[in-house]
Amino acid sequence: MSSRIFNIIIISLTLMSFGLNAYAVTPKEPLWPTLKIAYFGDKTIREEANDLLIIEAPKRAEDAAIVPITVKSLVAQSSDKYIKNIHIIVDNNPEPYSANFHLSPELGLIDISTRMRVDQYTFVRAVAEMNDGSLHMVSRFVKASGGCSAPAGKDAAAALARLGKMQIRMRKPTVGQPVQAQVIISHPNYNGLQFDQASRLYIAAHYVKNINITYNDEPLISVDTGISVSEDPSIRFTFTPTEEGTLKADAKDSSDQIFSKQKDV
Amino acid sequence: MNILSNVFGLFILLFLMTSYADENYSVSKVTTGIFYHQGVHEDPSEQNMGAIANVGFIIGENCVAVIDAGGSYLEGTYLRRAIKKQTDLPICYVINSHVHPDHLLGNAAFKEDSPQFIGHQRLPAAIVARQDFFARTFKETLGEAYTGSEFIIPTVTVPIDQPLTIDLGNRILTLTAYSTSHTDNDLTILDNTTKTLWTGDLLFMGRIPALDGSINGWLKTMQQLQSMDLEFVIPGHGDAGCTQWQQGLLDQIRYFTVLRKGIREVINNMGTIDQATQDIGLEEANNWELFQQYHRRNITASFVELEWE
Repeated sequence: MSSRIFNIIIISLTLMSFGLNAYAVTPKEPLWPTLKIAYFGDKTIREEANDLLIIEAPKRAEDAAIVPITVKSLVAQSSDKYIKNIHIIVDNNPEPYSANFHLSPELGLIDISTRMRVDQYTFVRAVAEMNDGSLHMVSRFVKASGGCSAPAGKDAAAALARLGKMQIRMRKPTVGQPVQAQVIISHPNYNGLQFDQASRLYIAAHYVKNINITYNDEPLISVDTGISVSEDPSIRFTFTPTEEGTLKADAKDSSDQIFSKQKDV
Repeated sequence: MNILSNVFGLFILLFLMTSYADENYSVSKVTTGIFYHQGVHEDPSEQNMGAIANVGFIIGENCVAVIDAGGSYLEGTYLRRAIKKQTDLPICYVINSHVHPDHLLGNAAFKEDSPQFIGHQRLPAAIVARQDFFARTFKETLGEAYTGSEFIIPTVTVPIDQPLTIDLGNRILTLTAYSTSHTDNDLTILDNTTKTLWTGDLLFMGRIPALDGSINGWLKTMQQLQSMDLEFVIPGHGDAGCTQWQQGLLDQIRYFTVLRKGIREVINNMGTIDQATQDIGLEEANNWELFQQYHRRNITASFVELEWE
């Protein structure tokens, strides 16, 4: 037991030094071997699992504050074999572990997208955790944006003014047919690096921690999100309504504020 | 011996590089007492020392005001020397048109003049939110030219819709702060004597405009600028002059109107940012320099704003 704690301390220290490096300059050494141990311990991860998953990301982060990331599965979910979680890791971000999607076995083919802050050259990884515990990974390399696009928000005042507003957007669905839906929460998603002019103090990190999406109270997707997720977090996904009902999204932020929205289908 | 000759060679090279660059750094006269250095239409690099934006100065009877100090400390020092060639008057003000590094990394070169640094009311917060990121990336991009650069928080700020006037000695400047447009901290500088407006990056000429604020806000601000009675305009990028600026505004309005219309359609059809970046505004490609580098970013930034209409 004590040796395990010791290991964790060593990993944390290594990560911290890497983290500082990552913040100072683009790291020359790949971080993944260290991150893998930190997040998945000694478990085996099958790499380049292209038969199971596809990850889509632009080759270049056009805007460092908004990089769309999409993950799709090639094998439909079934009750005896399904993807339980998809972990998103952005290696060179200040906080690499960026999102954890908890997925329902009812979802059919997975098709989920979100938007991330990516401010330097990095690998973006999706690790699928199956219901049997096995791990499968796909990754993409994303180049940093050029020019002066920064991961900070564009209009701090506007973001704060509409905090908590939510949208559920979807085409008119047909029962039994897959339909795309999008949940967006207006939230500045402060990562703790912002400055308040009036108080001349840094604003504490204040970000959306979880988004829980249900249909007729049955869980579809629940996402744990971190500070890598863009301002106004967006989750786009596909699901198949099996009967008429209500799509509902609840979001909770790091100050335990709760935001909700629902839409009848 | 080998090492010595290498070191010597390096010195010669450095000397040549510096003197070459300094002699080539020239300012053009726009009108009486107003000079600018035109930035190149490139991304910042060690070779161009970040001198990609228009920077310059206004000379009054008592004082000089610097309008944007350069894209690196090195450019700031060149600009300062160019000022000293024109006048012995003190540099009383360094005015930053907005937060982007190509306009403010040269600020530190003017510290010895103890000027008042002036910016938009929201400039301090914008600097603090971005400075770590900018320092890291621009140190890498600009190499030696970056050395000495500092992020200086303005001591005087201008609230939105409450213009500030400063007097350079028989020469009144009006500084106007805008609501979110190109960024959330855009400031224009009007020289009332000659009716010359420094637009900062509210106007790009030739180079593709880059959106880091609000597409709707910027379009509104551009309409406001269109009706101004002006003799000369110095855009943030591209040619300064007396006639082309109206066309420049029209071009920029057309570009962003094309984007907004296309993006609204994609959003209404439940389309994605990826689809929008692939399909919209490609007919504008030949109208702008650096189109490939910034167009998709403009769409991305606009998309997440227009989702909330």
